[in-house]
Amino acid sequence: MKQTRMVMGMPVILEVIDSGVTGKIFDDVFGYFGYVDRKFSTYKPDSEISLINRHELTLEQASDDMKAIFMLAEQTRLETDGYFDIERKGLYDPSGIVKGWAINQAAEILRQAGFENYYVYAGGDIQVSGKNGQGQDWRVGIENPFNPTEIVKVLSLQNCGIATSGTYIRGQHIYNPKNNDQPITEIVSLSVIGPNIYEADRFATAAFAMESAGIHFIEKMEGFEGYMIDRHGMATYTNGFERYVSHA
Amino acid sequence: MSRKQTNQPSDFVQKIKKFFLSAFVVLTFLAYFLHERSTNSSNASTSNAVANTSAVPTVIATSPGVVFKNGTYTGPSVDATYGQVQVQVAIQNGKIANVQFLDYPHDRRTSQQINSQVMPWLEQEAIQAQSANVDLISGATLTSEAFVNSLQSALQSAQN
Repeated sequence: MKQTRMVMGMPVILEVIDSGVTGKIFDDVFGYFGYVDRKFSTYKPDSEISLINRHELTLEQASDDMKAIFMLAEQTRLETDGYFDIERKGLYDPSGIVKGWAINQAAEILRQAGFENYYVYAGGDIQVSGKNGQGQDWRVGIENPFNPTEIVKVLSLQNCGIATSGTYIRGQHIYNPKNNDQPITEIVSLSVIGPNIYEADRFATAAFAMESAGIHFIEKMEGFEGYMIDRHGMATYTNGFERYVSHA
Repeated sequence: MSRKQTNQPSDFVQKIKKFFLSAFVVLTFLAYFLHERSTNSSNASTSNAVANTSAVPTVIATSPGVVFKNGTYTGPSVDATYGQVQVQVAIQNGKIANVQFLDYPHDRRTSQQINSQVMPWLEQEAIQAQSANVDLISGATLTSEAFVNSLQSALQSAQN
């Protein structure tokens, strides 16, 4: 059973293979993404994060989930030598950490409901669990950053997370999504496989900001693998990446 | 000199890069053939001496015209003072598709100290479109602005 809904301005896809799956778990998971969106969206003026950014709410007064996100963001900032930072020009934008965290929480809802074979996808980031409909590892493609209708790699994944950070092509130019005025110099996309999507997403975001050094940052991290594509279409990948590659 | 001045600097840098890449591969092949010859020869030191001196400039001078044959080529294990280095080169359509390090200095204490200070060697490849079926795709998220623009253009083309 599989459903796609638009949440937070991006497609969220949930597929559950296990027998006994009903519509209720889909409502629970999509409902959870709606809750996260209402709380953390910087586009919504009445969201909790917007209240904090307008100084109408202090962090001490904030909800436990908001406090947790700020704590995790600060931990990630320290672990990535400042390459990850939710503060920009005095405003907080935790979207770089909230998406992976939300996918991971959604997968936890499924796990606690007793499901074992499923994936949760939100805007290109994925948590996979167990096997796919054919009883095999989940087959995950890495999108071609120069042509979104193509994939450039096929991976076999089970019980892990994969996140891709990158730029997008607009007209003939490639822009850095963090600064639309400035074309990115070298790196177009960086995919990171990690023990779960929360870990993969936050380190993919930080390592992408490091440009060419990012793949070496991932290489040094135990339990993580990465595939980086530069603007010439050359890929650099970590030493353990190949074991996830499907040649079938 | 006059040719250098008429070329755009970026073209020139590109040519230099290609030139050195070609030279590197040719040298790897040369080292491989010399290695092959040295293992068959009773006097290996003579072959090594040739590799280190007169043969090298000659090969570099002719390298831009060399056409590579498709296949996977493994170089000899070469002493890099702090350990052995061995590379494997894959050629597809006459071009370098992949350079893989089969061995690099890692077993001696000096090498480990040096390697901990520099970035490790990572494998590279040219990306290639895959035709296999997948369950789902990981990609960079479009910003909401880009998403809306993309959606609009998609809807426009759907109307035409």
